[in-house]
Amino acid sequence: MERIPILKIGNLLLVTIQVDLYDRMAEQLQEDLSLAVVRSHARGVLIDISALELVDSFIGRMLGSIAAVSLVLDATTVLVGMRPAVAITLVELGLALPGVHTALNVEMGMELLRHVNDARR
Amino acid sequence: MNPMAEPPQARDPQPTPQTLPVQGQEDVVRVRQVVRSLALSLGFSLLEQTKLITAASELARNTLVHGGGGSCVIESVTATPAVVGIRLTFEDHGPGIDDLESALRDGFSTAKGLGLGLGGSRRLVNEFDLWSQVGEGTRVTITKWRQR
Repeated sequence: MERIPILKIGNLLLVTIQVDLYDRMAEQLQEDLSLAVVRSHARGVLIDISALELVDSFIGRMLGSIAAVSLVLDATTVLVGMRPAVAITLVELGLALPGVHTALNVEMGMELLRHVNDARR
Repeated sequence: MNPMAEPPQARDPQPTPQTLPVQGQEDVVRVRQVVRSLALSLGFSLLEQTKLITAASELARNTLVHGGGGSCVIESVTATPAVVGIRLTFEDHGPGIDDLESALRDGFSTAKGLGLGLGGSRRLVNEFDLWSQVGEGTRVTITKWRQR
């Protein structure tokens, strides 16, 4: 099965989702990411979904639980690059992703993580 | 007669109806892809496409997870020459839904998920029709019209 790569940049982890997500692949990512957070002592996780053409309730739930699990492991998750059409559809679907930080792009996501992590220190 | 002179609207972009199996997670992805390319060829806006493929994804997953697998019929429909749309019919022969009212309410879920599948997809399309019989199966038909 295809796996989504996790890159380490300083004390951050960067995940770029570029494929049409199968449910199993999404579950695998959740597991891989929690292991990577612990192994790398990452303080932040950036998930770039700018290539995703849809976020349905399953993928949304998976992203929300990645954020929740990371937080328990002392890392903050920021979802970056959501397309406007995806954002509108998500909200209409009834999924507003409460508790998940978002940013418009990776750079702004890194900036946000710096602020959040400074405040948590 | 030069076939190239034919106006693009007159051509059926893809042969429809098309029936796809919904028996595994790959089929859910496949349904999304086929629906997206049909929506694209019919000139749906990006937002309309996104709403439709999201609804299709929810319903295909329902068919798989709750219905134990089934099929999806994808067709382009025409109300008037200017009004075109896409109709999707998801059908399974699973256990069926006992309480349709509750099943359409947000937060209702019998399997993993947020329980947004049915009610959520209804909000993303123009027409939504749900038929279910306990012990026989479930059929959901949705239609999304292209906005001009």
